[in-house]
Amino acid sequence: MAALAPIDGPAAVSDWLSGWRAGPGDGTVAAADWLAPARAAAAGRFAAHGLPNRRVEDWRYTNLSRLTGLELDWTPAPAEVAKESLPALVFGREADCRLVLVNGQVRPALSTVPALPAGTLLTSLADALAAGRQDVAALLRERVAVDGGALKALNDSWLEDGYVLIVPDGVTVEMPIEILSVGTGGALPPAYQPRNLIVAGAGSRVTVVEHHVGLCIGGYFANGVTDVAAGPEAIVRHCKVQDESKEAIHVALLDAALGRDAMFDSFCFTLGGGISRNELRVSLDGPGAHCRLNGAYLVGGQQHCDHTTAVDHAAPETHSDQLYKGVLDGRARAVFQGKVVVRQDAQQVEGHQMSRALLLSETSEVNTKPELFIHADDVQCSHGATAGDLDAEALFYLRSRGVPEGQARQLLVEAFLNEAIDAVALAGMRLPLERNVARWMAERHAT
Amino acid sequence: MAATAQTVAQVRDLGSKYKHGWETEIEMETAPKGLNEDIVRFISARKDEPDWMLDWRLKAYRHWLTMEEPTWAMVDYPAIDFQNIYYYAAPKSTEGPKSLDEVDPELLRTYEKLGIPLKEQEVLAGVQGAPRVAVDAVFDSVSVATTFKKELESHGVIFCSISEALQNHPELVRKYLGTVVPYTDNFYATLNSAVFSDGSFVYIPPGVHCPMELSTYFRINAKDTGQFERTLIIADEGSYVSYLEGCTAPMRDENQLHAAVVELVTLKDAEIKYSTVQNWYPGDENGKGGIYNFVTKRGACRGDDSKIRWTQVETGSAITWKYPSCILQGDNSVGEFYSVAIANNAQQADTGTKMIHLGRNTRSRIVSKGISAGRARNTYRGLVRMGPKAQEGRNFTQCDSLLIGDRCGAHTVPYIESRNRTAKVEHEATTSRIGEDQLFYCRQRGIGEEDAVALIVNGFCKEVLQELPMEFAVEAQKLVSISLEGSVG
Repeated sequence: MAALAPIDGPAAVSDWLSGWRAGPGDGTVAAADWLAPARAAAAGRFAAHGLPNRRVEDWRYTNLSRLTGLELDWTPAPAEVAKESLPALVFGREADCRLVLVNGQVRPALSTVPALPAGTLLTSLADALAAGRQDVAALLRERVAVDGGALKALNDSWLEDGYVLIVPDGVTVEMPIEILSVGTGGALPPAYQPRNLIVAGAGSRVTVVEHHVGLCIGGYFANGVTDVAAGPEAIVRHCKVQDESKEAIHVALLDAALGRDAMFDSFCFTLGGGISRNELRVSLDGPGAHCRLNGAYLVGGQQHCDHTTAVDHAAPETHSDQLYKGVLDGRARAVFQGKVVVRQDAQQVEGHQMSRALLLSETSEVNTKPELFIHADDVQCSHGATAGDLDAEALFYLRSRGVPEGQARQLLVEAFLNEAIDAVALAGMRLPLERNVARWMAERHAT
Repeated sequence: MAATAQTVAQVRDLGSKYKHGWETEIEMETAPKGLNEDIVRFISARKDEPDWMLDWRLKAYRHWLTMEEPTWAMVDYPAIDFQNIYYYAAPKSTEGPKSLDEVDPELLRTYEKLGIPLKEQEVLAGVQGAPRVAVDAVFDSVSVATTFKKELESHGVIFCSISEALQNHPELVRKYLGTVVPYTDNFYATLNSAVFSDGSFVYIPPGVHCPMELSTYFRINAKDTGQFERTLIIADEGSYVSYLEGCTAPMRDENQLHAAVVELVTLKDAEIKYSTVQNWYPGDENGKGGIYNFVTKRGACRGDDSKIRWTQVETGSAITWKYPSCILQGDNSVGEFYSVAIANNAQQADTGTKMIHLGRNTRSRIVSKGISAGRARNTYRGLVRMGPKAQEGRNFTQCDSLLIGDRCGAHTVPYIESRNRTAKVEHEATTSRIGEDQLFYCRQRGIGEEDAVALIVNGFCKEVLQELPMEFAVEAQKLVSISLEGSVG
């Protein structure tokens, strides 16, 4: 528990780092001798970056200054959570597989992990490292060393726990794996930095559903990083439902590297969070790799949500598709930033992106920045963006058929979002998502 | 590999394709090299400016010292030594020419060679009813001649160099200068505010439809000079003007800086149509030499129902960094931006527009066509902002990029910000190369590959080119073909 020597940097940053320690406290990962220096290097990187501000291009539209005003508990004690108080599975079925994290730490007692296909590992990062899993350590060591901006560095510097999912070559995991991440309040708002890892071997198939909820009145700061490595021909489906406390600050980065002909399918559904950011970085490293990044968001009140994507077409014949749709109410603000890079000699690439926002109130605001950086010529790339109110003609059409205005609006909003939800590969997910949309609209009218 | 060899040869020849690369030998008066307060005072004194102008310049200069050069654009160039530039260079003549007859014949020959008629009768001797264009010719730092002044005066139109305007209409200049692009705006605009030497001034009185096209022709001639011109166009209530701008420079191995500022103001019901064909020397095929074109252009639609339309064809310059913008303040005002940007060889272009919607029912339209060939880099960068009061605001943006060759880059960086529910913003962008099927179709009909590409590219740009006044459209179409010559093989 060596205290870190003072680091030069913005005042808030050095405050933040005052509670930081080079090695995880409980000694479970003492065996991993690379970890302490890696965490120290990351802390240095974080201090050098400082907390992102609006002068940093990637954070132009999302202001984290609220964080600096908070006194956070960086090492929250394990919170008491009763299994009964956990929300139902997203699918509404009981027999499935669920790993529960509370404030970023895996809680086996709250989890249900049935037998998975041979060789498949679903466990906590702390356990995987303590058990000496060399594959986990090697990959993590490589990823932790990468400078991926301030908040990744912060996560790197606190690397301790999270979930680990390893699917061996050729294995198909039929059952969707649900990760329930619970944030709880405390005397001080807890800050936690889960580090997750999904490794899909060659030709394997797996589906992960991440469900983030807040079981408290107050706020907390969640800064998660998920590393995904998909081998040749692997198919990884990732569906995230973010329903954090409205006072929480939720920042998540998912960094995926895809091998030859691999496929990564991501869907992000954002409902909660005071300030939230879901950032995806996908590197299409192998020829024929393909990714679909979709999202839908419903925000109101004072919520701020940010969806940022970066797709790197590093190999020829790679393909990416993105569709983000959102609805804003109250004083909510939404951000979409999508970057598509096609590297030199990455020929025969297709990259398409679309983002649409519906503004339902006078005071909502949307900021969109789609970017294309193309260095090869045999490509087909496009992006589109729209922002505005519901189509007046469509509304008139419904009204002329005797549909009351409130109901007509609800229908149109649902239809608008369903285009994105229809793209969710996991058929069983769609209905619960649509129900959420209906509930959100109903609550909107109730207030 | 005959075809490849041929392409290589064509690309090698390309350097000589820039037909305006010659130099005029004329005696020049220059200020000492470098930049300090004395240079700013020198320029101001040379132009016999009022005190408030000098104060404004000095404020700008002092502010500039505190600023940093912007690095956010997708362009690379070695650091500019701002002390190694002549900030003032003018053809030597003690008094400004009173009439065209007194203009140095060497200068007249220069403009003749460029195809710019400075003699009014020559234009008039042409076909009856041919469109006439009044020209303000800016040579390095000063305006050397303005044609059709008398006729324009009879309509109340003021068209002269900004130095002249400062002498004859100081109240107008003072009222509008710096109100659209303040001296603190950005690094290059601030530098311009401190050292601008000349440029055009246009004032169209209320209700006047300017009887002819107005045009300024910029020529950089002297070595190691920077050109810092400042253009101010005011269209008073209910007036209309179409303004054209052209530019060329000699071929030199050194890079030269061109940092201009253009301010447009339209009052109620007024309209300005501003067209640019930018053909500064782009440097040779290895990227040696060429103009750094760092320009701030902005128009304010102050009055209700006013309109500003920017049309640009950007084929020259080693580096282009410019974003002609519209501030739509008046209700129902309209901003339009049509652009073709071509970058070949080692050229770099980072260009686009900003449409700031402030008033109710404001509308804007952006059509941008970017073409990259060789090892060039072409970036569209734009901003569309709907303010909270832009009720029923409307924007449509279309950005297309065409890639010719596998070593060039095409980038699109739009920013879209909407704070009004009733405003509608639409943005579309595509990037691709010339379709094999289109090329095949042309080739199959016996059209050579180069011609086929020129045809397809012209079709790609047509939406923009047709927005140009006729005389410019022809020139622009030729320029598009010339700029891309040798880029296919």
